Amino acid sequence: MSATMQKVFGHPVSLKDVQTHFCPGCQHGTIHRLVAEAMDHFGIQGRTIGVASVGCSVFLYDYFDIDVVEAPHGRAPAVATGVKRVHRDKIVFTYQGDGDLAAIGTSEIIHAANRGEGLTVIFVNNTTYGMTGGQMAPTTLPEQKTTTSPYGRDVGSDGYPVRMSELLAGLEGTAYSARVAVNSPRNILQAGKAIRKAFGIQVETGGFSFVEVLSACPTNWGMNPLKANERVEEEMISYFKLGTFKDITES
Amino acid sequence: MNKRLFVKGNEAVAMGALEAGCRYYFGYPITPQSDIPEYISRELPRLGGQFIQAESEIASINMLLGASASGARAMTSSSSPGISLKQEGISYMAGSELPGLIVNICRSGPGLGGIDASQADYFQAVKGGGHGGYRIIVLAPHSVQEMYDLTMLAFDLSDRYRMPAMLLGDSVIGQMKEALVPHPYRRPDDHPDKDWAVAGKSGERAQKIVKSLYLGDGELEAHNWRLHDKCRRLADNEVRYEAVDLEDAELIVTAFGSTARIAKTAVKMAREEGLKVGLIRPITLFPFPEAAFAQATATAKKVLCFELNTGQMVDDVRLSVARDAEVFFYGRPPGAGSLPTPEELCGQIRKYCGS
Repeated sequence: MSATMQKVFGHPVSLKDVQTHFCPGCQHGTIHRLVAEAMDHFGIQGRTIGVASVGCSVFLYDYFDIDVVEAPHGRAPAVATGVKRVHRDKIVFTYQGDGDLAAIGTSEIIHAANRGEGLTVIFVNNTTYGMTGGQMAPTTLPEQKTTTSPYGRDVGSDGYPVRMSELLAGLEGTAYSARVAVNSPRNILQAGKAIRKAFGIQVETGGFSFVEVLSACPTNWGMNPLKANERVEEEMISYFKLGTFKDITES
Repeated sequence: MNKRLFVKGNEAVAMGALEAGCRYYFGYPITPQSDIPEYISRELPRLGGQFIQAESEIASINMLLGASASGARAMTSSSSPGISLKQEGISYMAGSELPGLIVNICRSGPGLGGIDASQADYFQAVKGGGHGGYRIIVLAPHSVQEMYDLTMLAFDLSDRYRMPAMLLGDSVIGQMKEALVPHPYRRPDDHPDKDWAVAGKSGERAQKIVKSLYLGDGELEAHNWRLHDKCRRLADNEVRYEAVDLEDAELIVTAFGSTARIAKTAVKMAREEGLKVGLIRPITLFPFPEAAFAQATATAKKVLCFELNTGQMVDDVRLSVARDAEVFFYGRPPGAGSLPTPEELCGQIRKYCGS
């Protein structure tokens, strides 16, 4: 018997084969790929609708080969609710940054989760406003310098970084909530599993699933990509613990 | 023969919406429009629709955006302060060329103001309301029957032109009860397919994107001119107004919504006194019936505008008549007890008519 060639790795079908606009060392590209792999895994590209938010990830439709609705800043979970209530049989996900989801859109994400909307939310936390130019985000770490916290985040005045995964896990409507990172091969594998799990929960149970992905923003952090990756490991993961905070399929 | 029913204006909006096939409602409670979500929340489940009482006005307009982007006939309703909150979403819907009905049963302001009838949101409704320079279709019912009829028309125009439509009522029209003959909805023959809506990209079909971001060279400018062109087509094809006794009129009274009801009685009283007075009641506030005013003021040289505010629609009247007629204004800014009587308005007519 002759050996046959088997394809073991390739470009995800749900992801367009184009160059992205992301900065060097930005991890949106990795996260996009993991989301596309999850769609391919379940064979749902043809029935998935993405909801883009405002910020670096607004160009979702340029990279994913799926139908997309663009939402106002922070409102993606409300827009996605409208989409899902019309398309009950479709898979709907939002892809949001930390300013979008944890500041201006706090109300929309909490109530979408609380209603148990059949959505998957990919929340990219890089502790800063990326496209706007590195301002302080609700997830900016204590003492972290940004363009609007030039002396470092003062928790006495600015409050503390918000841990969204833990917060949403406390709501009855949430089916799945996890935090992952994409700073190492091991963490990328874990992140891929969590994102697949989140889409799987929507496919199988129709519940609300949430994955927070810790991500580097070398440009706005003023670091090279390697240093930025080290910061994720050393500073972010110690405050934003990785793990699964709720999984209704486990109980 | 259709039945004659005795219903509230707000209920007529809800009945008209459901009859027109609206199956998605998103809203937040606020006086004096809460009869609309109450009625719809009771009726939608048995029709297989979706009713969501959202966490805020902001969430409800964005749910409407999402449902509309998905191709559904959908609506929200609110009153003045709530409509202010919705302006962000309305701007995005206009920019994304999405249809959808927004019902505004106005109350008085500014700020918390009061819950009395008001026409102080005329500018906000007809001049765009949110950021970015856009217009939406605005219809102004003056009876319970029109609350029903114009709700249906608003959906059809909104779909035809792919832009949001607003039904601009007030607490008098919303809360009063009178006869309604609910006729069946008839879908217009030229009703467009929503082939732009997202539904999941199956097979070889190209990706569909609903968005308002245009960053390419010249893209946004072209987009804005296209939106502007739709307004021109609206002005050419969709203007609606009611004209009364214009033939020999020397003075034209104009008013919209609840004020037009009072104005009609005042004009009748003045006619009985032998005064040569007519009335133009704009039904579409955007597009505004400019030509009707221009035509009528070829002979009538005076126009008197009544509003429940300090003067808003009167600006559009002045623009419409150019220098062909003198334009006078009588306003009662909103608040408890500020609804004018027919005798009061007739007194104003006497002041300008024949003098």
